[in-house]
Amino acid sequence: MEDIIVCEGLNKYYSGVHALKDLSLKIKKDSVVGLIGDNGAGKSTLIKILSGAHQPDSGHIYFEGNKVKFKSTKEAMNLGIETIYQYSALIPEMSIARNIFIGREQTQYNVGNFGLMKTKTMQDDAMKALTDVELHLRSPDTPVNQLSGGERQGVVIARAMYFKSKVLILDEPTNHLSVKETNKVLRFVEGLKSQGVTSIFITHNLSHVYPIADHLCVMARGEKIADLDKKDTTIDHLTDLLVNG
Amino acid sequence: MSKNFSLRSLLVRPEVATFLMFLAIMIGFYIANERFLDSRNIRIVMGITPEYIIVAIGIAILMISGEFDLSVGSVFALVPMTIVQMVHQGIPPWFAIFLGLMIGIIVGFVNGFITLRFGIPSFIATLGMLYIARSLTTVATAGFPPPFPHILPNELFVYQFELFRASLYWALLVAVVLGVMLHRSNVGNWIYATGGDQNAASSMGIKTGNVKMFCFILCGFLAGFAGMIQTFRLEAPLPSQGYLLELESIAAAVIGGVSLFGGIGTVFGAVIGAILIRFLESGIIMARIDAEWFRAGLGSLIIIAVVFNTYISRRATRIGQNKAKD
Repeated sequence: MEDIIVCEGLNKYYSGVHALKDLSLKIKKDSVVGLIGDNGAGKSTLIKILSGAHQPDSGHIYFEGNKVKFKSTKEAMNLGIETIYQYSALIPEMSIARNIFIGREQTQYNVGNFGLMKTKTMQDDAMKALTDVELHLRSPDTPVNQLSGGERQGVVIARAMYFKSKVLILDEPTNHLSVKETNKVLRFVEGLKSQGVTSIFITHNLSHVYPIADHLCVMARGEKIADLDKKDTTIDHLTDLLVNG
Repeated sequence: MSKNFSLRSLLVRPEVATFLMFLAIMIGFYIANERFLDSRNIRIVMGITPEYIIVAIGIAILMISGEFDLSVGSVFALVPMTIVQMVHQGIPPWFAIFLGLMIGIIVGFVNGFITLRFGIPSFIATLGMLYIARSLTTVATAGFPPPFPHILPNELFVYQFELFRASLYWALLVAVVLGVMLHRSNVGNWIYATGGDQNAASSMGIKTGNVKMFCFILCGFLAGFAGMIQTFRLEAPLPSQGYLLELESIAAAVIGGVSLFGGIGTVFGAVIGAILIRFLESGIIMARIDAEWFRAGLGSLIIIAVVFNTYISRRATRIGQNKAKD
């Protein structure tokens, strides 16, 4: 299977700290990749670079075979790389429909980049997007702060699906969620594969990602210390790597 | 059932609560003195209110984006003072108005630039601007308030019709245009997102700095425009004009349901808030209560409004979460 993202020799320094050391990584299309590592292992740095939030000091990124350089998250999003942060991806006071279309509103009577929102279309499409990820909520006008943690992740995933993302980067999507809600999120992510979406699932909780991952990548101290297909490894082996580096 | 819920969700909207509070105050003062609601009093109150409405809308939108502007009272004085002085210097009236309004825009830009570039609280940046702009106004009067040049087209902005002044229609125009912008346009969505959670908004590709800058500039422009209307109405440019207006307009916004933390509020709420304050002031006088009680009344109103809104929004969240479990 072809690789959708290839990283070569990525390095990143934060005021003298070598946060990412010569990292190379290949991510296969339509797979779920588990990116695991303890706090400070460099996971966040890597995803910030992949999502365009930060730029690497050296190294290259290839997306669908083309060399890319993201100057902003918007550029990465335009290519189809969408990042979902733990809690910060939704505006609590805003409605589900408005949240789904933040920054990508459907507008009419446009003047340049500005226009009036097609509220009805946005509401209908929001409901459809939610149904597509098997999330059944009452109304697209419900403010997000009235949803449970798992439902919120569902909304974020629905949003990424609606905008035809090719790669979904999920940063600790199951943090602070109850077991029931965690399972809900894992089901959402598992469903992505069949819809042609590659996901990178970042977590420090191996037991969350192991059941749904095809491939696992372990990081420690800014380096990649293991990069394995699930069939070539076991949960015990990975635990050992995580604990002992 | 669903009808029941929509009534409930209407009642928990903060600006609706403000509107009910407004009705209660109007009825209360009407009982105290029937002449409170006769056309003469309404003409007086609505003659001065539009200026406050315009400033309150600017403040409300800026607060929704998550920032403050304490300099509006000073800009409210600086802009008309410069317009008048420029006309005295021989600059054509319309060009002087244009340049004067540009000053409001520039002050807004400087407020935004200092806040965003240096990452300091807008509270501080605009507090500095409050003093600077007031000082400039006093300097511009050159020691003595200049006479009002009657070649200025002030009738266009403040002409007294039967009941209302032209300024009320200007204020309504501002309210409708900016209401549509805030509630119906994509820019409005960005403003709510920026004030609601700046990190989330920028991770969705919104240029939050630009959004805030736009709101700062809009606020400065509206403060200057409103100040110009007041000077045109009084036909006297006073360096003390707009004194304490910054706090009163924040009060109007807050009473109208705008959150101090950003992300929540409506244009309608700010309009009602501004009208409420002016009628409160008038009502206290009409009820033959010592006018000094106005500030106490306003203070109580602010506290009641915020406590009430906090209570209501917590309750609304709880209703929603219980519903979600059903």
